[in-house]
Amino acid sequence: MEILVANSTILIGMAVVFGLFMAWGIGANDVANAMGTSVGSGALTFKQAVIIAAIFECAGAVLAGGEVTATIRKGIIDVSSLGTTPELLVYGMLASLLAAGIWLLLATRMGWPVSTTHSIVGAIVGFGAVGIGMEAVQWVKVGTIAMSWVTSPLMAGAIGFALFRSIQKLIIDTEDPLEKAKKYVPYYIFMVGFIMAMVTLLKGLKHVGVKLPFDENLIYATIIGVIVALIGTVMIKRLKFTAKADKKFHYANMEKIFGVLMIFTAIAMAFAHGSNDVANAIGPVAAVYGIVSSAGEIASKSATPVWILVLGGGGIVLGLATYGHKVIATVGSGISELTPSRGFAATLAAATTVVVASGTGLPISTTHTLVGAVIGVGLARGIGALNTGVIGKIFLSWVVTLPAGAILSILFFFFFKGFFG
Amino acid sequence: MVRSSPISNLFAGSPVKPLQKHMGKIHDCVKLLNPFFKAVIAKDHDKVADVYQEIYNLEVEADNLKHELRIHLPNSLFMPMPRERILDIVTVQDQLANKVKHLAGVAHCRKMEIPDEVAELLTALVEHTIAASHQAKKIINELDELVEVGFRGREVSSVEEMINELDKIEVEADKLESQINNAMFAIESGMNPVDVIFIYRVIHEVGEVADIAQRVGSRLELLLAR
Repeated sequence: MEILVANSTILIGMAVVFGLFMAWGIGANDVANAMGTSVGSGALTFKQAVIIAAIFECAGAVLAGGEVTATIRKGIIDVSSLGTTPELLVYGMLASLLAAGIWLLLATRMGWPVSTTHSIVGAIVGFGAVGIGMEAVQWVKVGTIAMSWVTSPLMAGAIGFALFRSIQKLIIDTEDPLEKAKKYVPYYIFMVGFIMAMVTLLKGLKHVGVKLPFDENLIYATIIGVIVALIGTVMIKRLKFTAKADKKFHYANMEKIFGVLMIFTAIAMAFAHGSNDVANAIGPVAAVYGIVSSAGEIASKSATPVWILVLGGGGIVLGLATYGHKVIATVGSGISELTPSRGFAATLAAATTVVVASGTGLPISTTHTLVGAVIGVGLARGIGALNTGVIGKIFLSWVVTLPAGAILSILFFFFFKGFFG
Repeated sequence: MVRSSPISNLFAGSPVKPLQKHMGKIHDCVKLLNPFFKAVIAKDHDKVADVYQEIYNLEVEADNLKHELRIHLPNSLFMPMPRERILDIVTVQDQLANKVKHLAGVAHCRKMEIPDEVAELLTALVEHTIAASHQAKKIINELDELVEVGFRGREVSSVEEMINELDKIEVEADKLESQINNAMFAIESGMNPVDVIFIYRVIHEVGEVADIAQRVGSRLELLLAR
């Protein structure tokens, strides 16, 4: 206890610096994957993507990120088992942040498709099991999280498949795809707005101190959906179609309308990513702050302070501004064969899955979910060619990332323990 | 530092555009049959040599495109159409240019002279053959639309119609070929036998070009069958 009081400033300071480092890493790399489909399908210029990411990653983190932050903070390690040694959790969380951050930096250099989520969860489980004791880890919760890593890409794939088939049925495979697109796309935009608003209202806002009854949530989410759909309709009305564009490729005009839809889906994706992945950086910060500021009272029920959520959002924007914009451009240009209709189906499927996971407090990998969604669209015979070798690499990265994060965090944990203790 | 991402790695280059590019090159080559036989009929041997050289060059260019396409179609690709079918279509397209190069080569090096009695019919056959190749190219160019609709519904029926059209052109070409053969039979006794053999052979090969063009269409039709 005295250790915590004596070193409170330096411990919180370290947590902030490490958390910022991790958030920077997420902004620099992870965001690029979330925004890549939008840039690749030509719906957004990469400058627009950076601006959207900056705004809505922050919004997602602050408005809907609380649940996952809570999981990272106190869902994986059973804090009640610590008893009189709360400082162990502080060291462990600092070690986890540093371990995950360094592992990500290394993996990025090597071009491995590792997930920020897997790194931090592996790190926390690692220090918990070795540093505190096997019984300190809430294995049931960890099992649920691990399961969600398998189910989330599958779910996104199923949604992506269904969404794309619905577009095929309602719009693409009709007499006049252009007219049908004008008619139906606003409904899809409504869906984007509604889903995002509903999950946020239901699960996210209580962490910023707002709690409404369910039916009121439903009304607000509907209103938000309608407003978003109206904005979209106006944008579609302002589009200019040329008969010439259709000569070369029959569906060029129709895809323009999907381009509008894609802007909204990209926003949803940035929001969803912010709500899930920012927690990887700030969950541990919140844990450290919670213990240190209350001088060892771990069991405090207090919500994550808003300044910490803002810290995560700010770190992401910083990562985007310094490095991420380049990565978005690279990823975006790498997938130029994605048309807006497919890009929309894949991105919305991923965004929905991620935001639902955020609402449930499950930290999942946005990138892997998006891979699942894209393959789902591919299964609907929608994409020219997919390289399924990526799936194998993703499995490999799981096998490597979890122990790597764990081992690094155990090392740092004992270092901090020795240093402060 | 340019970095690879699992998302961008996931997207492999679609073979559709390269396949269409290859077919475009092939058709450019087939189209040259028109100036080639005009020159042959006009007995303009210099022109014949020039056009033959052009045909030869285009065939080589198409071959390069073919190799590039094959190399970029690894086994691990997941596509809305079976990889074997794509490779199959490339092979058939390739045969078009091979055949054109071969028959032009024979006509060129033998300094072939076409009897006036069959000249008009042969010109008509060449035009039909080029039309068949053109139709095949149009069908291949529908492939990106087919991918866009996921090989379903209206677009499928419109492509099927185009394939029917191609079949008709080929039937016409067949009829013309037998007409030429009849015309040749009437005059062959007064000609050098060796020349006659080779004229028959070239006529047959022009007809075969139309056959192969039809085969391009039917290979694509296999993609539509589910």
